[in-house]
Amino acid sequence: MTLNATVQVAYILAALLFIAALAGLSRHETAKRGNRFGIAGMTIAVVATAVVAVRDSSRGALLTLLLIAVAMAIGASIGIWRARKVQMTGMPELIAMLHSFVGLAAVLVGFNTYLEHEPLSGGELRIHLVEIVLGVFVGAVTLTGSIIAWGKLSARISSAPLMLPHRHLLNLLVLIVTLALTIWFAVSPSLVLLLIVAVIALAFGLHLVASIGGGDMPVVISMLNSYSGWAAAFAGFMLGNDLLIVTGALVGSSGAFLSYLMCKGMNRSFFSVIAGGFGAGSTTGAGSGNSTEYGEHREITADQTAELLRQATSVVITPGYGMAVAQAQHPVADLAARLRANGTQVRFGIHPVAGRLPGHMNVLLAEARVPYDIVLEMDEINGDLAGTDVVLVIGANDTVNPAALDEPGSPIAGMPVLHVWDARDVVVFKRSMATGYAGVQNPLFFKDNSQMLFGDAKDRVEDILRAL
Amino acid sequence: MLIGVPRESTPGRQMVAATPKSVGVLIGLGHRVRVQRQAGTVAGFPDADYAAAGAELSEREQVFACELVTMIGPPTADEIGLLRPGALLAAQLAPARSPELLAALARANVTALAVDAVPRISRAQSLDVLSSMANLAGYRAVIEAAHAYGGLFSGQVTAAGKSQPARVFVVGAGVAGLAAVGAANSLGARVLAFDVRPEVAEQVESMGAEFVRLDLGDAQQTRADGYASELSGGAEALAAKMYDEQARAADVVITTALIPGRPAPRLITDATVAVMRPGSVLVDLAAANGGNVAGTVPGERVVTDNGVTILGYTDLADRLPTQASQLFGTNMVNLVKLLDRDNPATPQRDNPATPPRDNPATPQRDNPATPERDNPATPGTATVEAGARTAAPAVDLDDEVLRGMTVAHQGRVLWPPPPIAVSAAVPAAAAVPDPAALAEKPDAATLPGGLRRRTVILGLLAVLFALGATFSPPAFLGHLTVFALAVVVGFYVITNVTHALHTPLMSVTNAISGIIAVGALLQVGSSNTAIMLISLAGLVVASINIFGGFAVTDRMLGMFRRD
Repeated sequence: MTLNATVQVAYILAALLFIAALAGLSRHETAKRGNRFGIAGMTIAVVATAVVAVRDSSRGALLTLLLIAVAMAIGASIGIWRARKVQMTGMPELIAMLHSFVGLAAVLVGFNTYLEHEPLSGGELRIHLVEIVLGVFVGAVTLTGSIIAWGKLSARISSAPLMLPHRHLLNLLVLIVTLALTIWFAVSPSLVLLLIVAVIALAFGLHLVASIGGGDMPVVISMLNSYSGWAAAFAGFMLGNDLLIVTGALVGSSGAFLSYLMCKGMNRSFFSVIAGGFGAGSTTGAGSGNSTEYGEHREITADQTAELLRQATSVVITPGYGMAVAQAQHPVADLAARLRANGTQVRFGIHPVAGRLPGHMNVLLAEARVPYDIVLEMDEINGDLAGTDVVLVIGANDTVNPAALDEPGSPIAGMPVLHVWDARDVVVFKRSMATGYAGVQNPLFFKDNSQMLFGDAKDRVEDILRAL
Repeated sequence: MLIGVPRESTPGRQMVAATPKSVGVLIGLGHRVRVQRQAGTVAGFPDADYAAAGAELSEREQVFACELVTMIGPPTADEIGLLRPGALLAAQLAPARSPELLAALARANVTALAVDAVPRISRAQSLDVLSSMANLAGYRAVIEAAHAYGGLFSGQVTAAGKSQPARVFVVGAGVAGLAAVGAANSLGARVLAFDVRPEVAEQVESMGAEFVRLDLGDAQQTRADGYASELSGGAEALAAKMYDEQARAADVVITTALIPGRPAPRLITDATVAVMRPGSVLVDLAAANGGNVAGTVPGERVVTDNGVTILGYTDLADRLPTQASQLFGTNMVNLVKLLDRDNPATPQRDNPATPPRDNPATPQRDNPATPERDNPATPGTATVEAGARTAAPAVDLDDEVLRGMTVAHQGRVLWPPPPIAVSAAVPAAAAVPDPAALAEKPDAATLPGGLRRRTVILGLLAVLFALGATFSPPAFLGHLTVFALAVVVGFYVITNVTHALHTPLMSVTNAISGIIAVGALLQVGSSNTAIMLISLAGLVVASINIFGGFAVTDRMLGMFRRD
């Protein structure tokens, strides 16, 4: 068997392992195995490619190997260092940042491919050039988009959506110009043209994510994940490498589907999220949030809450982004453990878009050692809420807003929400009476069976623990 | 607003337009309610209960002199004469079938709201009388059928042998049809149901019936305004055959098919009725609109020569007067709320300041014999309305719900209303309608309109793709094949992912997309130093991804534990 055939076999094996990795990640029982499949696939792919690289190198084999080893060692140490150090609450930022690296790598590979492409002619050359432009474009969009997402998530830049006038028109214009440039580049390639496309794409990615508000970040992150996949797939086309194509397409389509699931969780069209601008005009736009007078809210103290919990036989906790901000997951987990020790049934209800990352709340609760079989999805818990004694709403707002069901004019109308108000008592942990991300007032706070517990979620939960 | 609730004058009518409970709600909203004596007695609501809820008990003339009169059936000519000009009347008016009535109401300068013509949109469901009544009618249809049918509904196995369950066939899976399915099913019958809209099969099955399928091809059965439409020619022949077969096999047939603005479709023919088993029963809920069954007589029970009973009762809901009144009353409360919302100027609270003003033209004056002892203010009663007339409620005709219901206003007949789409925002995706009533869950995928557009787009893409592929080099096509397959695999592989694992899944896909390192690796060996350096940089960042992604996934997964 020739070396090329061996490499091909290795690539097929790696591709299969990647598919097995994604499939494994769908269930708790197989998740760890899935991750190991991924690592195995990657190892096979990198080793096989490295062998080819060393063989085809125009420098000495040893030197090439050394270069590769050093580069990968640098990357590995940075990557592992970040992965070890990151706080679970900072997971969204880390993932956004990692996406930007794929984007950057795709841009670099794209330029390299242009600088040194095999002698081609006619149709093959044209297609090759188009592949390069596409790869660079998607890579660059991923790069700046991810950096902006990272900035918004880590609060380095304002998470409010940037509202340029005619932004949809602007986006459309960029796409048309890019298309024109692509054709031009395919006809008469030049480095300057490629650079222009790259710059336009960088600006486009920047604007695209900047115009999306912080609350839509779960969708943005998984969308960027998808883009990074497509970038890899296009790189595969440029290099004629099937492994890159397969893996990129896998990541691209699974990320796109995940984004779609997220959008469904918010009852929004995929396009309206991508096009951005949500949350800005809505406070004045529909008006039903603020113009409606809901009446007075009632306050409760930590001691009273503890008393309420002591007498309850079933408790549901619905966390939101506020819990992540306050780093309250450990006290919350302690509270759950304490109540369970008393024989109270405790469960967690997670809204699909709670937090700033798909599945964010689950990761935080897992970190705090909450068993995953008491952490339920919205659909699983909604039916049971009516029979629940106490619901603790910790740092969630829009995801428990009854206006989504009752007020057709509300900006969040139609979004599936947790029906916490069906429970006997609802205690809402909140810093103040401010509105949530969507800028909509929450009638839940004014319901007869709900009471407000103001202050930092972590401190308040610790107060309750002491009182218990 | 002063709201009047008369005793229904239609002979045999048992319902009443308000119950003590709904009167209480209306009074809570700040309105005054005047109920005619004995109005609810037959429906099971004695006068004392109304009085206890805060209603003023009065005579017919005073009740019809109110600003808003709510009643069940259409008013008689006499009653229209009692209404004040400019007053509001809310009742079931069957506007499509009664042009003379509308003309009379317009002549009387009454603003008439047909509560049986509420537009089929979600916001209006709470005041849709057709919906609430159809539900009761469907239930009652089964009870009437069971009464007329000579046998057991449920199958039984006893020491003396076994009997088969009755076979019930329900046509039209609207509110009435589904209610009938549920009732018949809970009596133990074997229930089959059919509707021209295949997408309601799931609802039918959820109620415990078997859905009779008809292969119609792509004939469109759903209209944008939320109702069913008639079948097209070829499909009709198929359907007729199915109706015939099912009716022959059935012991009880309940038909509920209505198409708005047209006579009810004739589904069960003479020929079919003639060969049905003696003792079998047909209940025709569309009797008032001409009937789905040949030989139906509206309001009557007919027994054919071959012993088949055809029930054409048009008052099925009325045969459950207590619940029907309660539902109707709640619909009226919601109507009043809608009127209030659209008229902030309407006096919300009692209006004691209205100066009693004498008005010799008021009809009450002609009736000095009216017993007035229950109401110390009665000498002024007739004049209070006269004073309140200045604040007569206006109907906001820009509100599509109210516009749809308003059939007469300021002397003009306003029927039919302009068409509205079921949902203003997404007209194409908006409706699973039904022949009797109810706005259903939107389901874009089942709408042939959207489907056609999607097919066209897909077709165009396919042509483009074919053209592109024809002129592409074979190597490229090979890559494209791999790409397309991988896209599909990626899609399927994560369709069942647990929500809790979204974050680890994302970090793993992120690590995997570090595969771009392969691209960089292949370029490291280039003789061009610039290229080598660029690819090394690419390799570094891609490695961060690979190692960081897998490491962080591993860390996260280590934290998930089962109890």
